[in-house]
Amino acid sequence: MNKSTSSFGVAEVILFLSIAILVIVVAVPILLIIFNAFWVNGEFNITDTINVLKHKETYQALLNSLIIATGTMAGSTIVGTFFAWLVTRTDLPYKKFMKAMFLIPFMLPSFIGALAWKMLLSPNAGFINQFFIDHLGFTGPIFNIYSYHGIMLVEIMYLFPFVFIQVCGALERMDPTLEESARISGAGLLTITRKITIPLVLPSILSGALLVMLYSMAHFGTVAVLGIENGIFNIPTLIYHNIHQSGGSFDSIRTGTVMASVLIVSAACIIWLQRKILGRGNYQIIGGKSFRPMELKLRGLRYPLLIFGVLYIAFTIFLPTAVIFLVGGLKTYGLAFTPENLSLDNYKFILFDYQVTKDAIKNSVLLGLSAAIITMFVGVMISYVLVKMKVRGKGILEFLGMLPFSVPGSVIALGVILAWSGKFGINLYNTVWIILVAYIARYMAFSLKANSAALEQVHDSLVEASRACGATMWQSLKDIVIPLVRPGMFAAFFLIFLPSLRELTVSIMLYAPTTRTIGVAIYTLNEDGDTVVSAALAGIALIIIILGQIFIDRITKKVGE
Amino acid sequence: MDIIKIEGVSKRYNTHQVLNNLSLTIKKGECFTLLGPSGCGKTVLLRLIAGFEDPDSGTITLNDEVVAMGGGRDTVPPDKRGMGVVFQDYAVWPHMTVFENVAYPLKLAKVNKAEINTRVMEMLALVGMEGLDKRKPSELSGGQQQRVALARALVAKPSVLLLDEPLSNLDANLREEMRFEIKELQQKLGVTVLYVTHDQEIALALADRVAVMDEEGNIVQTGSPLDIFEHPEDPFVFNFMGTANYMAVNYIDNQYKVGIGNQVIPWTTLPEDSSVKWVAGFRPSDVKISRTGEGLTGIINRASFLGPTMYYQIDIDGTSLKTMVETQQAVQENLIFKEGETCKVAFLDLHWFKEEDIEKVVK
Repeated sequence: MNKSTSSFGVAEVILFLSIAILVIVVAVPILLIIFNAFWVNGEFNITDTINVLKHKETYQALLNSLIIATGTMAGSTIVGTFFAWLVTRTDLPYKKFMKAMFLIPFMLPSFIGALAWKMLLSPNAGFINQFFIDHLGFTGPIFNIYSYHGIMLVEIMYLFPFVFIQVCGALERMDPTLEESARISGAGLLTITRKITIPLVLPSILSGALLVMLYSMAHFGTVAVLGIENGIFNIPTLIYHNIHQSGGSFDSIRTGTVMASVLIVSAACIIWLQRKILGRGNYQIIGGKSFRPMELKLRGLRYPLLIFGVLYIAFTIFLPTAVIFLVGGLKTYGLAFTPENLSLDNYKFILFDYQVTKDAIKNSVLLGLSAAIITMFVGVMISYVLVKMKVRGKGILEFLGMLPFSVPGSVIALGVILAWSGKFGINLYNTVWIILVAYIARYMAFSLKANSAALEQVHDSLVEASRACGATMWQSLKDIVIPLVRPGMFAAFFLIFLPSLRELTVSIMLYAPTTRTIGVAIYTLNEDGDTVVSAALAGIALIIIILGQIFIDRITKKVGE
Repeated sequence: MDIIKIEGVSKRYNTHQVLNNLSLTIKKGECFTLLGPSGCGKTVLLRLIAGFEDPDSGTITLNDEVVAMGGGRDTVPPDKRGMGVVFQDYAVWPHMTVFENVAYPLKLAKVNKAEINTRVMEMLALVGMEGLDKRKPSELSGGQQQRVALARALVAKPSVLLLDEPLSNLDANLREEMRFEIKELQQKLGVTVLYVTHDQEIALALADRVAVMDEEGNIVQTGSPLDIFEHPEDPFVFNFMGTANYMAVNYIDNQYKVGIGNQVIPWTTLPEDSSVKWVAGFRPSDVKISRTGEGLTGIINRASFLGPTMYYQIDIDGTSLKTMVETQQAVQENLIFKEGETCKVAFLDLHWFKEEDIEKVVK
């Protein structure tokens, strides 16, 4: 029941509006994908679906997605858990600094990383391979990045923070008395680690691993940059490749919907599994409080392990970043990195003279701003219904609100094509609007998460207190709720704006010649062999992302005080 | 004059019937406490009065105006009821200063700036918060935040002040202090207070009248604090109001005998109907022990020295009871017993309850 008769109508309207937005933006595209995957000419036809799956190309792409995701998950789990343990449970020097360093890959777009590794380790022209052949007498490349191993290694470099963050959190929040009581009972450090610590953080490790799996299965950038050369396709790259090659033919879209359905189902399973693992009662021993955990004395290994960590960061973060900027400065790709070959000309060119990149930057900024503003406000509204309102029919919204969290970008892009290509009277295909709609769907999850968290902090009694003071529902919303959730709204805005600047997966499926985004421009320029310009644009993107990140950190710190 | 009238109010959440056909009146200017165990529905009743919830049936009348009626008809929203509310978690708005918090009700009432200023400052002085008006709530202690909440609830001169366990988050000393201050404020401002709590001591200390609620959400007794404590009409009230001893008796050969033994109950105020099983209830303070005086013979089962008092657990023919003797008195009257010694037990006051009723309330 509702608070009073007068607000009954308002609550219903807001609920209806929230449901309508999620249905149109998220649910309809997903339903259309499933419908197209299983229905042919309006009839349910599972044999045809199976035929598509049996097709060697499709089958191989599904298998590749699985192989790459599994390998990436295993690698990320090992790397992430090891470094998390190193910065929380040992006396490693400069732990805080090291922890911050390990989080950097989070903000770097992995496809730009892949681009850098292609320059470093492609079998023929890669700088490292060349160096070994020219100077150390090797007869062939020491490593071929155009391979399953190469793809997995690059993905691990950029995805391991998912595991790292989760495990760090669990290790930091774990009540040290749990371990101390084991120690008093006579257990040695190894026994404690094996019997107490690992079982307690296992849910976090698994949850992080599943996130990596989910992300990697549906990941476009790395495989697109490194796989296509050797014919390695995963689900999203094959969907893109087919549609791109055939100019959007019915067959290619239908095959795409079948593969996307596989992604949808896998994502749902993974999310379900993750919730189950985190929801289990035994996780609660890890409370919200921060404790001072036991630290292992590394003794003689302290500095060797520090050097190892620093080298890892230098090799995986600074080397590729440096290569991007250096290549971006070259006159022509293939020249040596000597002062006379390097200049800022490429950077000037893409910023001021080259229409394609100028458009791309403008498109990305405008798309990012609009998507962030719209999604922020819609997210506040939906979160408000979810967290605060007592309305009948909220269950539907709760279910719909879950969807954006589990739908991979490539699925959204395909769904948006199906929904907005004139099927329902509105044709946005080949316009910038279709990308905007897709961005809103893709980033709704971020907004819901940030705003729900902020709203949960606003205790009901704060609103009730204002009602008792004589404030109407709208007045208390304006004077109490909105000011208190403003930090959450800010967070949502930047959580959307920054990633959208480097977005590739969705935009690559939806772009038209004049609606390239930064990500699309970098990717297509590279594909066309315009490596130096592509690298220069990637460099600009990196600068924008890093400056943006610094800005957010400043703001969130200020709000936190 | 009745300021709040609750008639036949029921409220359920899903399958849980919280309040069932409850009626209650609160008189103008009195300090009324609603006392009950946690989860009994007392907060729900307060929220119904405040207007945060609607009753499923029944009516709530405030100042002779019906503000809520079963089924959500003609409901007056909380902002139009003109009440002050203080919450258990203070609910002081973290983004406003102390001044802004207290000024908010006046700002909504469109009081002019100068008057807001004087009234807020007056109110802050009244709750002992002078000079802290520019602070943010995060810079205040729990007790200070509670004072801000109190000032905010009172500044618009409400006819009724509702308090929902406002002292339960404070430490014991502060709780005692605030208890007196709330009482003082109430008398000074003449506001009607409805105070909801599970703490007997606060309820007794604060109230002009107390209503005791049982776990099913029924009001079992209403009366003055002394009345409630001394003359409980119901085993639930007796049991809830403090530590209680129970002594079962047997009716054998026209006499009431204690527990499984043969000692005859020597008092005159015995229950008449001997066909039911009776239990005598009494407080530790109603027990008088001696070495050789009148009364039943018991054995000291446990003796603990607690400083100001001696604590004894005494066994009388299979019934165990607790009592305390002030240390001073124990020394003077030779009442320092050792475990295993025998003593004489007499009673100042006994309440007779049916055994089946007691079994329901003692768990």
